[in-house]
Amino acid sequence: MPNSYSAAARSTWVRRPHRRGVTAAIGSSLLLATTALTVASCAGRDTPARYELGRAATPQEIAALDIDAAPDGHGLPPGHGSVAEGAALFQQKCQQCHGANGEGMAPAFPALVGRDPKGEGFAFAKDPKINKTIGNYWPEAVTVFDYVRRAMPHTAPGSLSNDEVYALTAHLLAANKVIAADATLDSASLVRVKMPYHDRFVKDNRRGGSELK
Amino acid sequence: MKRRDLLAGAAGLIGGAVLAGAPNAAAGQQRVPSSTPPVLPPPIPDDPTKLQGAPTSQVGTRSTFVTPTRTPYGEVTGSSLTPLQDLTGTMTPADLHFERHHAGVPRIDPAKHTLLIHGLVKRPLVFSVADVQRLPQVTRTYFVECSGNGRAAYRDPKPDMTPQKVAGLTGNSEWTGVPLRVLLAEAGVEASASWFLAEGGDACVMTRSIPLEKAMDDALVVWAQNGEPLRPEQGFPLRLLLPGWEGNTNVKWLRRLELGTRPWATRWETSKYTDPLPDGTARQYSFDMDAKSIITSPAFPRTIVKGWWPVTGLAWSGRGAIRRVEVSTDNGHSWHDAELHGTPLAKAHVRFTHQWKWDGTESVLLSRATDDTGYVQPTRAALIKVRGIGTDFHFNQIVGWRVAADGHLFFHGES
Repeated sequence: MPNSYSAAARSTWVRRPHRRGVTAAIGSSLLLATTALTVASCAGRDTPARYELGRAATPQEIAALDIDAAPDGHGLPPGHGSVAEGAALFQQKCQQCHGANGEGMAPAFPALVGRDPKGEGFAFAKDPKINKTIGNYWPEAVTVFDYVRRAMPHTAPGSLSNDEVYALTAHLLAANKVIAADATLDSASLVRVKMPYHDRFVKDNRRGGSELK
Repeated sequence: MKRRDLLAGAAGLIGGAVLAGAPNAAAGQQRVPSSTPPVLPPPIPDDPTKLQGAPTSQVGTRSTFVTPTRTPYGEVTGSSLTPLQDLTGTMTPADLHFERHHAGVPRIDPAKHTLLIHGLVKRPLVFSVADVQRLPQVTRTYFVECSGNGRAAYRDPKPDMTPQKVAGLTGNSEWTGVPLRVLLAEAGVEASASWFLAEGGDACVMTRSIPLEKAMDDALVVWAQNGEPLRPEQGFPLRLLLPGWEGNTNVKWLRRLELGTRPWATRWETSKYTDPLPDGTARQYSFDMDAKSIITSPAFPRTIVKGWWPVTGLAWSGRGAIRRVEVSTDNGHSWHDAELHGTPLAKAHVRFTHQWKWDGTESVLLSRATDDTGYVQPTRAALIKVRGIGTDFHFNQIVGWRVAADGHLFFHGES
């Protein structure tokens, strides 16, 4: 897959779901079967495999709620927006909380923009004062799109058009020096953006027991 | 005159002043009847056996002498802390259970609320709350803990921190709901599914990606807490409950579950709730809450006198049951096995007590939990060594209380 998710798949934890795809599928089928048997054995012969509750969801109902976008591009809608359009929108709708340059207002409104030299090299564990800006920290570009679309702006969450969300995503990525200042983003180009510190994210290796991790 | 009498008198004066001023202020509005009686707490009789008591009431209230509150120290909007020092046993009263939310507490009509299950399922389904409540139900006791719990005490311990300030982002409740695997079986999970997305119905439509194994293990969709419907701050009318996993994954106001093949990398599992490490990496999808304990009494700001005291607190682990809690009264030089109240439940708070006679010399009280995987709660220094002072979540260092020679207690965060 020529996208940022395949880059993720080459490293760290993200391999896990691919490998687990097979094992988890077998595991979950077994577990589901086991569950059905357990329920049946506990509750008697009359217990059905299903209780036939809930009603069929219509495609329209699903589409109305299914707003998530994932790093592999799943769920990214049609539309596009430029860095310049996003910069103008940011001044209209975002700077009240996040500051004109995305510097934020701690602690409620985090800094969005900045490549703090202290943050380069991912030294966050050594210094809690380094801001985890989008450019310094966020592993996936699509996350910016997904979050802005579902939760922003603070005073009117979920009110932005898809074009506006692409534009704001482009502005924030350009302000963090991740994409060019004259870029335009759509679903295809957004999926190709690789974040500077993407490969620093690793899977959880804590397992309890005697070893402290 | 007793203090409570003084307060009642003061309230009476204030009430009277308000009433006296009200008709003037409301002139022309015709809203304030002049006969409204002042609302006063009843006086405390010197001998309660010589006076008939209060009548029955629709909803009980705490004694006017008992006033625990969630947020006494002006925490920022978006979280409030359980007053651990005011509680006993293991059940957290629902109205004192900590809150953490990212876009406020939504007001939801349960008759209109639905839960959509879709994605890699054979039958995409919409459940009403009533539908969910008709499925086979279970009742289980589990703690919930925000993975940011203890950050201030880890990074910058101060003598004037209370148990609430040190570790109040946890609570322990009896939850009632349906096993998630039963709910998912209604929709029929496709064999290719390995993760699911859980989405809340608040203003940030909060989302977390969860491995499907957890759904097939002990995950619940709950609607009740401690014998009554969930409180709005706890996710009314439906909440995902993932025993032992970081609080944020227990998605409140649950409105949607989407089955898929990989995590979604939402804002809350990338920008937040990831754990930078000293080697220049950051842990992601770090769900388990490590074993932890805290002495909740005696603690700052209390003062004790010489003699016997129960040193008591809470211990818990996200990986299973607590096997052992040790208490030290000499800053870790020696340790004593504390008494555990009842058999510890997996992924639930357990109360511990060590009866201790204070001799009037400066002392440091510490507690150390071990869970049934053999994991031992580490010192702050050991944790900083492996995680760094700047790591952002999962703080389970040993903490305690210094008893000064004059009996005053202070938080002891360095160990």
